[in-house]
Amino acid sequence: MFEEIGTTTEGDLIINVGPQHPATHGVLHLVITLNGETIKKVEPHLGYIHRSIEKMCESLTYRQFIYVTSRMDYLSAHINNHACAMCVEKGMQIEVPERAQVIRVIMDELTRIASHELWWGAMAMDIGAFTPFFHAFREREKINEIMEETCGARLTMNYYVPGGLMADLHPDFQKKVKEFIVLFKRKIDEYDELVTGNIIFINRMKGVGFLSKEDAISYGCSGPAARGSGVNSDIRKLYPYAVYDKVQFDEVLETGCDSLARYMIRIREMKQSIRIIEQLIDNIPEGDFQAKTKAVLKLPKGEFYTRVETARGELGVYIVSEGGTTPYRIKFRSPGFSNLSALDHMARGSKLGDLVAMMGTLDLVIPDIDR
Amino acid sequence: MNNEELKTKIAELLPAATFDETGEWLNINVEPADWLSFAGKLRNDDSLFFDYLFCLTCIDWKTHLSMVYHLSSTKYRHNIVIKSKLDVARPEIESVSHIWKTAEFHEREVYEMFGVNFLNHPDLRLLILPDGWEGKNPMRKDFEDPINMIKL
Repeated sequence: MFEEIGTTTEGDLIINVGPQHPATHGVLHLVITLNGETIKKVEPHLGYIHRSIEKMCESLTYRQFIYVTSRMDYLSAHINNHACAMCVEKGMQIEVPERAQVIRVIMDELTRIASHELWWGAMAMDIGAFTPFFHAFREREKINEIMEETCGARLTMNYYVPGGLMADLHPDFQKKVKEFIVLFKRKIDEYDELVTGNIIFINRMKGVGFLSKEDAISYGCSGPAARGSGVNSDIRKLYPYAVYDKVQFDEVLETGCDSLARYMIRIREMKQSIRIIEQLIDNIPEGDFQAKTKAVLKLPKGEFYTRVETARGELGVYIVSEGGTTPYRIKFRSPGFSNLSALDHMARGSKLGDLVAMMGTLDLVIPDIDR
Repeated sequence: MNNEELKTKIAELLPAATFDETGEWLNINVEPADWLSFAGKLRNDDSLFFDYLFCLTCIDWKTHLSMVYHLSSTKYRHNIVIKSKLDVARPEIESVSHIWKTAEFHEREVYEMFGVNFLNHPDLRLLILPDGWEGKNPMRKDFEDPINMIKL
């Protein structure tokens, strides 16, 4: 039977999952070839939320284009903006004030926790546990409130500008973040009790969606998807940016190569994020929150590439400038796009029910894949 | 390896390559005909070991197209950028999807957005654009869409 995998023969069942399907979290369309209940092939069809952000950016100035990127990976909006702001700063050689750098890292880590919480709730719901979703959203709401106070928005924050931040912190920011840390440390143990140690859950996840280390590298996987297969891929450690080289945290690695490993990575990463925030929250330096920049930004002729670690993996921003006020070409190397390309390889030969667990632990965000 | 060492090593592997060191990473210009065998060497050479293709894209320069490959090594942590000039009327280059599997999806994206034909690609079909898409490639500079807003 297994030599047939990857091919279509008569009698195979072809089913469409999505683009409007609750388990695909958005408009992902998968065409799945089945033999009985065994998956022979998974073909993703993309583009249902393609907005051609790269083309749009070609007619936007270097101040404007950053805001469009909040709409790519909307769960990592701050981190997307960070990558773009950093790329412009690299080209213009703008020195970002220490205060802005520290606030950026705190915001990035809060975003990461919020994103992982949403993932945790949604993934548990995918495989049949409804309660975690409400637990996760209860804590995520606290982060959204903190963001709303300072940035004015809950999802597409647009808080970073080239040279620093749009506005200074809200006076209550530090107090509220500290309250959140105390709350979250208690809750994360509750998450473990509720889901992580659950034998039904472990049986659904263990050995499902095997992705070897070599394949993870070859498929260009990054973030938790790669670290679950034991690949050192944390950009914060490998190519530190902002103040990540000044804080203590561990790169979380697992060697299980399966869905359970990828699950554990994200749970452990949330704890590391809290650790980073704890070190910085009382040490936000005084000073400017924004460097003085010219009203019109013009990048010199050349090419600039920056990469950051979003909640899903490595986001690369590649700007080709001709010396004007708008980029000549911009490319977003989105983590989800590469991670999704490994799905077919992971799914072949396993059962249809397990596909949901694999998609869940890849943490696919469709606007990030389609751009 | 630092950029200087990489340059020496790569000049040995491919004497025809030209270099550009103005950017952060070493840029290597390669002829499309040399690309496939050169890519295999970059991946398999023990001292280079470029096993991670983290970005693959194309730039439309109006007079020509330029393929851009960003490569990294998970073992040595060095990065390089490979560029290859393609003819604008008939852009063709060998696919590298059997060397780096991630290239399969990225090449499909470049195929539909820029119209680059990847030779020996296992499954060169539309990925993001709707089935039955006809007309120009959206990311080319001469593409105009009167209905959908792509320019703000």
